[in-house]
Amino acid sequence: MALFKLTLQELQDKFTSGEITAGEIARAYLLRISQVEPKIKAYISLTPREELLAHAQEIDDGLKAWRKTEPLMAMPLGIKDNICTKGMRTTCGSRMLEHFVPPYDATVMTKFNAQKPLILGKTNLDEFAMGSSTEHSAFGPSRNPWNQQHIPGGSSGGSAAAVAADQCVAALGSDTGGSIRQPAACCGVVGFKPTYGRVSRYGLVAFASSLDQIGPITKTVTDAAIMFNALVGYDPLDSTSAKRDFPDYTKSAKKKDIKKLVVGVPQEYFTEGLDPEVAEKIQDAIQVLEGMGGKIQEVTLPSTERAIATYYLIATAEASSNLARYDGVKYGFRAKESKELAEMYHSSRSQGFGPEVKRRIMLGTYALSAGYYDAYYAKAQAVRTMIQRDFDAVFQEVDLLVSPVMPSPAFRLGERLEDPLQMYLSDIYTIPASLAGLPAISLPCGLSAKGLPIGLQLMGRPFEENIVLRAAYAYEQATNWRSKRPTIRS
Amino acid sequence: MTYEPVIGVEVHAQLQTQTKLFCSCPTSFGLPPNTQVCPVCLGLPGSLPVLNQRAVEMAVRTGLALHCELTLTNQFSRKNYFYPDLPKGYQISQYDLPICGPGWLEISVNGKRKRVRIMRAHLEEDAGKNVHEEGADDSHVDLNRAGTPLLEIVTEPDLYSSDEVDAYLKTLRDLLVYLDVCDGNMEQGSFRCEPNVSIRPKGHEALGTKVELKNINSFRYAKDALEYEISRQTEVLDEGGVVQQETRLWNVNKGQTAVMRSKEGAHDYRYFPDPDLLPVILDSELIEELEHTIPELPSVRLQRFMQDYRLSEYDAAILTDSKGLADYFECCVKLFPHPKTVSNWVTGELIRELNTSDTSPADAPMSPQRLAELLQLVDSGTVSLKAARELFSELYATGMSAEQLVKEKGLVQVSDEGQLGVIVDEVLVAHSAQVEQYHGGKEAVLGFLVGQVMKASKGKANPGKVNELLKRSLAP
Repeated sequence: MALFKLTLQELQDKFTSGEITAGEIARAYLLRISQVEPKIKAYISLTPREELLAHAQEIDDGLKAWRKTEPLMAMPLGIKDNICTKGMRTTCGSRMLEHFVPPYDATVMTKFNAQKPLILGKTNLDEFAMGSSTEHSAFGPSRNPWNQQHIPGGSSGGSAAAVAADQCVAALGSDTGGSIRQPAACCGVVGFKPTYGRVSRYGLVAFASSLDQIGPITKTVTDAAIMFNALVGYDPLDSTSAKRDFPDYTKSAKKKDIKKLVVGVPQEYFTEGLDPEVAEKIQDAIQVLEGMGGKIQEVTLPSTERAIATYYLIATAEASSNLARYDGVKYGFRAKESKELAEMYHSSRSQGFGPEVKRRIMLGTYALSAGYYDAYYAKAQAVRTMIQRDFDAVFQEVDLLVSPVMPSPAFRLGERLEDPLQMYLSDIYTIPASLAGLPAISLPCGLSAKGLPIGLQLMGRPFEENIVLRAAYAYEQATNWRSKRPTIRS
Repeated sequence: MTYEPVIGVEVHAQLQTQTKLFCSCPTSFGLPPNTQVCPVCLGLPGSLPVLNQRAVEMAVRTGLALHCELTLTNQFSRKNYFYPDLPKGYQISQYDLPICGPGWLEISVNGKRKRVRIMRAHLEEDAGKNVHEEGADDSHVDLNRAGTPLLEIVTEPDLYSSDEVDAYLKTLRDLLVYLDVCDGNMEQGSFRCEPNVSIRPKGHEALGTKVELKNINSFRYAKDALEYEISRQTEVLDEGGVVQQETRLWNVNKGQTAVMRSKEGAHDYRYFPDPDLLPVILDSELIEELEHTIPELPSVRLQRFMQDYRLSEYDAAILTDSKGLADYFECCVKLFPHPKTVSNWVTGELIRELNTSDTSPADAPMSPQRLAELLQLVDSGTVSLKAARELFSELYATGMSAEQLVKEKGLVQVSDEGQLGVIVDEVLVAHSAQVEQYHGGKEAVLGFLVGQVMKASKGKANPGKVNELLKRSLAP
């Protein structure tokens, strides 16, 4: 089998056993990317060939002296382009940061780099992670490897497409309202959003600070656990990161049953607007879960219908403030020939940001304005608490929740670009877990009649990633969806 | 019509932490532009703030000293506005949940005591500085100061004259310096004040329209600007006009205030809780611990100095004006228990030397022990008061032992009756005419004779002793 088809776990085994070298891995992926990237456009920036090969050589040369390998050593990874990489430009998919080269590494990069992986490049995203299709990237959309006329999902669409198209073995994404899970579902790969606070946000360019969370996009659940092991943990540089113990998550991906687990099926996730084809696949999956010993129980999360409105007030309010720093003064894009300060701000931001980012900044600014704050932002915070309480109550009875990831399979490029509301609705099933800060995973559970992947979502209690991963692994082992790979047509 | 001014004051006190409020950059002053910066205080994409615990402790200590209700769960909020010296496009400040709630500070104006209510005190980060060189067509931004911790202390509108404001500002500054939380330097901007003032017909309850004053960087300017503003508003009202709600800048050169921004131009700061920072929870153990670190405060110490040492309010006020001086005084009094004498020397000679050499009492080369030693020598008659005064500068500068220096200079005072008796006899013989005048009832001649003895002893004779011996010898 070609090297690039291997999972992270398989590649790791071959590298650790000495069967293959870092140099071979690097060359295999460089070749694969050169063949596939022109069609998929998963990356915004690629590590230059010589640099990558030199890095691989360093690993191969150093192996004897180190006498041990790390789980991610020599593993070819893609990094979403809103995670700061020292010395490598970090654009956030925006003209505003087109030439921005961070002088520092995000905490997750510091952790990764200690294990000496091969960072292949920075993956595409909707501008500042605002979107569900990568169509809002200033550098053009990525394509769905299963059908290039369709979106790869977003905002971590580049990462999901890169993993699905074997352009990296695993990738990092970030999830604010579904930006890891939704593209993973679109591209038929695994996307895992940990509990808010599990993974440091230091160096993740903020979209909505109270929701943003970094997580892995991988080919299998085991791979997600391996990646998560490398990411997890308290970071003194992030005041919102959790000071909590964590287990070895690869141990969760061992058991093939879910006996004694109660799986809740929230009614509100199976109503109008859900594509019948998706509904059917999710029902099949529920039966599989039951067959593995899970106790299935219908539950209700009454505040669900308010989640989208709540999310689009809180996320945009935070974004309007988080994006104020892009003013053309210190770094990033500055419009030319402004006569005075106000004009410089105005022109730089008008020209530097795309339409979706501007729309959200305006929405958020409005929600925080004097006279509107109580009606919008404060009310949204109150509803967010209600949504959290819904989950708290349900998790008294069940260990997990099962649902679709997205109301439909990946839609066509351009289909919803002119209709922001329709675009926002594609996050309807992923947003509630974001608002409640819960761990949630998306994994493949079938293909549509047109051959597009469909995703299954499992949500768990805060900080119980091990249970989510265990059930996801058991489901993955009980089915064969992971072996279905896209054929990339030229 | 007679009007009464009503004044409230906002003070921004820079906290004396080693590092900034949300990162570990140093807070040093006066370094080359943009050298005390990191991704956090530069507001680089992806950077996050981490609260400096020292700043919280300083705010709590100040709150305790101001008798404030502490907000046990307080919170940081973002104040959103655009300005080049504000790297994130928002300032991290506190809004609806400030760390210190209502409290009070007692001040004394012309001998009258008065409590000024504190509305709140909250933590916030400072901005950087815009630098614009004369004649240049571009501006520069220096972010060294960005992120420096400030405590904003706000009063209720409880002050009714520029004198009261002056007293409040000085009392507050002394307090902060005593607490070691702020260096109180107005010129360097570590103690900035922004008064707001309105006037109302005397006897009326309702407040007039208030005007905020900015660009005040000395106590003098605060007084001048307020007096100008009060008369300006009085004139406006007397002419039948209306005072506008606005912010005005004090122009030192013109001695006037001018409009900076009107109410319509006021910002909507869109405050909201900063999602990057957790609420700050003050636990009772920490508060108790910090309570023990609060030194005796200036007003309390002043009262104690008057009572325990029987000093005048004037002297006590000078001594307690700075913690260092008061400490110096008390240390000295312990070794030489004559408070009035020590007070005279400290408020006279010592302060003169400190001012000349621009030194703080704690750094004075002459320790309180050395001063006590000198006073002991005067008291025992070993050295004359005059000689002690003359030697003071040298003793101060060198930090030498007075006893040693007096010996070296041969200034030990002669009090021995045998030695002095010889000189007295010689003088009486040499000035028989004056002796006769004395016996004739002209007692003033005694002074002349004392002078002669002093001269003959080259100034070393103990004048008291000489007086005594002369009287005895001249007695019929």
